[in-house]
Amino acid sequence: MNAGATSEPAPKPGNSDVDGLLLEAQAIFKVFGGLVAVEDVSFSLPRKSIMSIIGPNGAGKTTFFNMLTGLYKPTSGRVLFDGEDVTGKRPDKIMAKGVARTFQNIRLFATMSALENVMVSQHSRTKSGLFGSILRTPRTRREEREATEKGRQELEYVGLKPSVFEEMSVNLSYGDQRRLEIARALASDPALLLLDEPTAGMNPQESAELTEFMRRLRDERGLTILLIEHDMKVVMEVSERITVLDHGEKIAEGKPEEVRKDERVIEAYLGTKA
Amino acid sequence: MSSLAGLRKSRYGSLALVGLAVFAAGVLPFFYESGSPFIDDCVTALAYVVMALGLNIVVGFAGLLDLGYVAFFAIGAYAIGWFGSGFFSNVNGGEGIHIGVAGLAADLPGFHFNFLLVLVVAVLLTAVAGAIIGLPTLRLRGDYIAIVTLAFGEIIGRIAINGDEIKLGTHTLTAGRQGITPVDKVDLPFVDPFTSLNLRPWYWLALALVLLVLFVNVRLRDSRLGRAWIALREDEVAAASMGVPLVKTKLLAYAVGAAFGGISGAFLGSYLNTVNADQFQFSFSIFILAMIILGGLGSIWGVVVGAIALSFINTRLIPDVLNPVPGKIGLDFDLTQLSFGIFGFLLVIMMVLRPEGLIPERRRKLELTEGIGTGEESVYEARA
Repeated sequence: MNAGATSEPAPKPGNSDVDGLLLEAQAIFKVFGGLVAVEDVSFSLPRKSIMSIIGPNGAGKTTFFNMLTGLYKPTSGRVLFDGEDVTGKRPDKIMAKGVARTFQNIRLFATMSALENVMVSQHSRTKSGLFGSILRTPRTRREEREATEKGRQELEYVGLKPSVFEEMSVNLSYGDQRRLEIARALASDPALLLLDEPTAGMNPQESAELTEFMRRLRDERGLTILLIEHDMKVVMEVSERITVLDHGEKIAEGKPEEVRKDERVIEAYLGTKA
Repeated sequence: MSSLAGLRKSRYGSLALVGLAVFAAGVLPFFYESGSPFIDDCVTALAYVVMALGLNIVVGFAGLLDLGYVAFFAIGAYAIGWFGSGFFSNVNGGEGIHIGVAGLAADLPGFHFNFLLVLVVAVLLTAVAGAIIGLPTLRLRGDYIAIVTLAFGEIIGRIAINGDEIKLGTHTLTAGRQGITPVDKVDLPFVDPFTSLNLRPWYWLALALVLLVLFVNVRLRDSRLGRAWIALREDEVAAASMGVPLVKTKLLAYAVGAAFGGISGAFLGSYLNTVNADQFQFSFSIFILAMIILGGLGSIWGVVVGAIALSFINTRLIPDVLNPVPGKIGLDFDLTQLSFGIFGFLLVIMMVLRPEGLIPERRRKLELTEGIGTGEESVYEARA
């Protein structure tokens, strides 16, 4: 299968742009030692769409995310973002190109304030270096001012109250921490937002709000969103298309109503009929 | 929970306090004789403050445990040993090369650069050395970084000791345990050359270096780079995913931290009038590390206090105040030989009573009291 993947004619760069695709994963494999975590997954994401990846625990969803964001290097296969090959590029490089993410288990910079958190994620959008920072040149000052302003805007956008902007992120409520993670991702002005189980630990009311918020992100800011999610209500409601992974393989793909009826998906979730 | 806004305001309020402290420190030498041993101890303490502030950038800000900091003291000291003494006596046919020096040094063989120029050389050498030590640690985490840096410190120390066997053309690399001596006294523009009789100028120069390094520390802490360091310390995976380039950010931490060690090393080389390989031992790295732990990891003011406190415990409290104690209670040993035992004892006491340090960094305090941010998860497949 591996050989088959590589012998395929490579699509020309820029191809996906023409198709209106923002992200394209081609025959991705990831092997950890003897374990095949992701096996031959191909996948494409049209611009300004909202798509979901679902699957049972251990299906390789987060591993797949980690390859899209550069935390893992695929064993084989290619990842194209905006028509450009970003396979195995460093996470910060991929982030700079416009891919931002949140984490399944919240990974905020715990002892930094909410505002500092959203300023860190602007790192790749700002320039001031060692000497600029020491001398605090006018350019550095302007940049700091702008980064602070931008940070505040994003925090407001996700619905954090100004009273918690200076609070250490670890002291925020769980819901606010989830919001802050999204704000942190948004502050980098991404084109693609990857959300790893964004509704984990939320009540139905909060999940519904987040569903609405994701649509707003797409409509107001033209974002493309890819999410990993276990809450089927959210998935079915928000996704245009769904990809289902099981044991590292893609077992189904399609519109929510198609996936819902798919034999293999039902099997993967509920087990085979006796 | 305390809000950060309040703390930030109080930081501006404390600016007046800082001004007062600087003024007090500035006039201090007038209350003592110009050659007083107290001033001597103060100069040493200030030089240690510079080093502690440098190490604090690496360990306190960026969270990279460095156990080989003595290497940068050594390289800084050799910068002045090589370029501010008669050590390379054959250069320029025994005439010597002189840049910006007057008086006695201008006629001696060997390299004799002005102290400011030596500082520049020391900064460059140590920054490069810092980046070099950083490279092999990039793929490592936590304890493993400590081991590699420890080895690096030892390597530099060994090279210093055995450098009298390493030939560079007609010369040796170092003078080994014999030491390079005498070393040029600091000679600054518009100021009389420093002498070993009047310690006040040394004191003021050391104070100026401390202020310079403090300024750089504060500016960097509150900058884009400082935020990246702290983000790195908090969560390397998240930092990388948020656009912080790990390699560059870590190497900058190593390089900047090392440069401060180099500045202090060059100053001490001139002040002590010798560059001796015996100075550069592992215990010195621990000594500086103990200062920043005592003061409060990551806390700039804590580190200043910790460095001064430990330095005075080392130079005054143990040899002068405590040393007669064993004799009085009928024991016969030299307490100064136990100084590291005493430091260790102090650290244990600190860890029990006040683990966050004398003046804790606001972040670190939370971490230690509430067990936050200590999670280490290796999601990231590190690559250099």
